[in-house]
Amino acid sequence: MSEFLPTGIQLSYLVAVTLFFFGLKKLGSPATARNGNLWASVGMFIAIAATLLDQQVLNYEMILLGIVIGSVIGAIAAYKVEMTDMPQMVGLFNGLGGAASALVAVGEFWRYLATADVPPLPTTITAVLGVLIGGVTFTGSLIAFAKLQGIMSGSPILFPFQQPFNIVLLVAFLVGSVYICINPFNLPIFLGITGISLILGVLFVIPIGGGDMPVVISLLNSFSGLAASAAGFVVMNNLLIIAGALVGASGIILTIIMCKAMNRSITNVLFAGFGTGEGETGVTTSGSNDKTVHSIDPEEGAMMLGYARSVVIIPGYGMAVAQAQHSVKELVDQLEGLGVDVKYAIHPVAGRMPGHMNVLLAEANVPYSQLYDMDDINPQFDQTDVALVIGANDVVNPAAREDKNSPIYGMPILAVDHAKHTIVIKRSLNTGFSGVDNELFYKDKTMMLFGSAKDIVAQLSSEVKQL
Amino acid sequence: MSTETLISALFVFVLATFAGFEVITKVPPTLHTPLMSGANAISGIAVLGALIIAGDRDWNVTVILGLIAIVLATINVVGGFLVTDRMLQMFKKKEAKA
Repeated sequence: MSEFLPTGIQLSYLVAVTLFFFGLKKLGSPATARNGNLWASVGMFIAIAATLLDQQVLNYEMILLGIVIGSVIGAIAAYKVEMTDMPQMVGLFNGLGGAASALVAVGEFWRYLATADVPPLPTTITAVLGVLIGGVTFTGSLIAFAKLQGIMSGSPILFPFQQPFNIVLLVAFLVGSVYICINPFNLPIFLGITGISLILGVLFVIPIGGGDMPVVISLLNSFSGLAASAAGFVVMNNLLIIAGALVGASGIILTIIMCKAMNRSITNVLFAGFGTGEGETGVTTSGSNDKTVHSIDPEEGAMMLGYARSVVIIPGYGMAVAQAQHSVKELVDQLEGLGVDVKYAIHPVAGRMPGHMNVLLAEANVPYSQLYDMDDINPQFDQTDVALVIGANDVVNPAAREDKNSPIYGMPILAVDHAKHTIVIKRSLNTGFSGVDNELFYKDKTMMLFGSAKDIVAQLSSEVKQL
Repeated sequence: MSTETLISALFVFVLATFAGFEVITKVPPTLHTPLMSGANAISGIAVLGALIIAGDRDWNVTVILGLIAIVLATINVVGGFLVTDRMLQMFKKKEAKA
């Protein structure tokens, strides 16, 4: 029996790993994705059940209570959250995972301190790493959550000597870690480096602006996996190491996709304080004063849309903020009733997390076959009668293609200016996240419809109904 | 933990990372969010570590930290899988219709 149980647990872990692998693989294709998620959750269930059989686990009542509390909170959160709030929800979940991993690392280290056993050097090193990654994931995710939820301003927060200050903290962390490795029985130092990790997480996210959140969320996703891996090293559990590594890899892949979609390096996203508009304002404001904007009312807009042959809709963060996805779907239904061919063009970084627009439109019952990626839709704009931009800005800014001095130069954009007409629904002429003025708004064939995305789209759709 | 176990664990980690890259490479943008939140739920695997350190019968700091970690990680796991399913359900509905 004593031999059988540990072997059984390890074999169950093997099954769980297999389920995680196939689950993630299935998550890569729309037809199998839901199944994949189910497989992964079954894997998790098996893993947890097997671990409860471990002979070290005796404290059943409290553990089950903890699991019940966590499950109830998690289930309520999962069912209550609005789809528009998904970015912050994912951010928050990331943070909790990171916190759990850090706590495991701290707890295991503490056990050694309590028993006055000298922890082996590898344990100390991995515990320090676990505390660092887990801590950064935790507080970094909380800041991302606060920014996305609007609790704090989404714009980058910069202060003098920010980089030197970060470096000093990092050095302090390294010195503290080395000290702990040499002399593990120093609780104040251990708590000190834990504190530094938490502060580093805050400092890591506050200088990053709202529009760069897709990168940050993906990166924190990756970190939450690495944190679990580190915790796995501390308690020497292969399943934690492998599952964490898988999540780490998937997060990195998404991070790379997001960075490519903005044509910026990861270091630029993380450290440039992008979106403060510093240095570029002189160039951009000078051009805009003498230009005129064509503003139209919903009635004219509806005529243009209703009598078009093909319409491409470009949703952006503005649509998410106004929760306009259902109104958009209604408008599209009206247009399709009139025989208009309607497609959606989705920029990879539109919104605040990878795939944000896709989720919102799916919620509004838009079939995903109607959503087109940037590379597929761009050649089609030449044959498009009306491009309808709803709350998007930087992703349709021609400056990214033409103006070498623009901070967003080189970013792949949706070529809406190639369409015969462009209608832009926007609250005001204010710049987008990048702080760059948008030439598109001043073009002759661009019509502006000022107002909240939801109201304007609803008006458009009632006007179209009367055509 | 000896240095040897650390090294073999490192092998496991590196190989799993490579395997992860291979398994996930091509993901259509439609699935970026569900992949992220599904992966996120898997990162709640830290709950296993929490179960192990919270297992002791006697109350001490480690057990308390472990129990807190259990609650946090379970929120992550249960919430993550359920919310991913909720999203994917929306995607799936369309498939039948389209």
